[in-house]
Amino acid sequence: MKKTMIGNHAASWGAQLSRVQVIAAYPITPQTLIVEKLSEIVADGELDAKFIKVESEHSAMSACIGASATGARAYTATSAQGLALMHEMLHWAALARLPIVMTNVNRAMAPGWSIWADQNDSLSQRDTGMMHIFASSSQDILDSTIISYKVSEQVLLPTLISFDAFFLSHTMEVVDMPPITDVDKFLPPYNPEYKLDVNNPRSFGALTSEEHYYEFRYKMQNAMDDAVGLIKKEGREFEKLTGRYYDLVHSYKCEDADLIFVTSGTIAETTNVAVDELRKDGKKVGNLKIRVIRPYPKQDILKAVKNCSKIAVIDRNISCGYHGIFAQELKGALYNESDIPVWGYLAGIGGRDVKVDDIKEIADETFKSKKPVDMIMKGVKI
Amino acid sequence: MIEIRMHGRGGQGAVKASFVLAEAAFQGGKYVQAFPRFGVERRGAPVEAFTRIDDKPVQIRSQIYYPDAVIVLDQTLIEVVDVTKGLKKGGCILINSDKKPKKYDLGNEYNIYTIDATKIAVENNLGSRAAPIVNTAIVGAFVKITGIVKLDDVKKGIENSIPRNKEENKKAATQAFNSI
Repeated sequence: MKKTMIGNHAASWGAQLSRVQVIAAYPITPQTLIVEKLSEIVADGELDAKFIKVESEHSAMSACIGASATGARAYTATSAQGLALMHEMLHWAALARLPIVMTNVNRAMAPGWSIWADQNDSLSQRDTGMMHIFASSSQDILDSTIISYKVSEQVLLPTLISFDAFFLSHTMEVVDMPPITDVDKFLPPYNPEYKLDVNNPRSFGALTSEEHYYEFRYKMQNAMDDAVGLIKKEGREFEKLTGRYYDLVHSYKCEDADLIFVTSGTIAETTNVAVDELRKDGKKVGNLKIRVIRPYPKQDILKAVKNCSKIAVIDRNISCGYHGIFAQELKGALYNESDIPVWGYLAGIGGRDVKVDDIKEIADETFKSKKPVDMIMKGVKI
Repeated sequence: MIEIRMHGRGGQGAVKASFVLAEAAFQGGKYVQAFPRFGVERRGAPVEAFTRIDDKPVQIRSQIYYPDAVIVLDQTLIEVVDVTKGLKKGGCILINSDKKPKKYDLGNEYNIYTIDATKIAVENNLGSRAAPIVNTAIVGAFVKITGIVKLDDVKKGIENSIPRNKEENKKAATQAFNSI
């Protein structure tokens, strides 16, 4: 059924439809409305879950870890400083192979104190071993939550779903909510092979010498590799139910494009609009939205960009001392495989608005430029 | 696509107005987007909110710079804020005011309308006399001028998105609709 809702509530309803059993969360702007709505949903009896109020984000993830280890489906949500405080436990959740799904509303790290959109918070968690999705619409937020439990519980890795503060979190739009009976058909209850059980005691997270630790990483890497195919497979299953397909990358008019934008999050949606306008002016451009950054969809990217002559990456993040993180990753993927030149652009840092005109300007600049540039800081006021 | 910008003061319900208008258009079968200007809101300070209405899903994710229409919930803002900034030629401005449109000198490129939404809000006990909640009345007037949403859909929009005083709000919207 179609309804209007803000992006934050799409996350709450995604958790409700997934029948999460334990929610542990601490409020932080701009995420607060997610857990407020969930506490209402639980209090109203619309979801049979234990809502654990905790004193910090570190505790929130710790509670989710405990719950997940007993075989419960666990959920949490946070933003920026909250995610940073969780950092230790994110590694723990991944290495303990617990399929927790969590939401992060992408918010700039402080100081300067900011509550606005920026991807540095979640990209700082890139190497924790969690799968990592950047949603670009409220529909994507809701659907990704459901699909992520299905994928996570098969590969036994947690998933982090991130989306832009305010551009999605506080923006109302139309979302099609699948009936819970359909979701039940898609997402069976979680029932892991091994779990904490007082009647069948086992030890978890015990001392692991160099004899075995490396093999833990080997297995995690294999699980990530498996996840690439599983995300597609479950995306197709979900499509049968709802008509909506989610892949690791989404390509828009890339087939015959001379220039391909590589984007993520809400900038990807605005870029589709810019692509249509640029095409009307006779410019052959396309847009490749990276929806999943871990596992990194290298083969999908290589396939999507193979016919173009230039790539412009737009990053709402920066690894200071080097450059935009999506640009780095893309160049790594192309190396040894392709010689398509890459221009890296920064835009939208700290919530600065990225307009259709900004993207058209990036296209013009890249078309004119002869030599690729690692990083062009668009619109920086100096 | 129609893009609308609302100007109000914190506490007057400008953000809610953008949501009610979007919900009403959604009830009328449209795709919508509504959001506040992403700033820090304070009671009494100028605030802005936006609504986009289209026949297909709205993909653009930036704020609105070239609106087709502007709604001003507080006439004193005209002295403080450039309410016509970016407004398209021939676009409409609806001001909550007890004055006639010709009293406002905003150039001759726009169609100016006024509605005494404050009076209508007070008559319907919405907010207090000192701080009336004018959002539903002004939305009622706006849909009459523009014809983008039916009054019945505004009533459904109020039913779905206003938590309290639903009937009073529907009456205020209807009264404003009928008096402009």
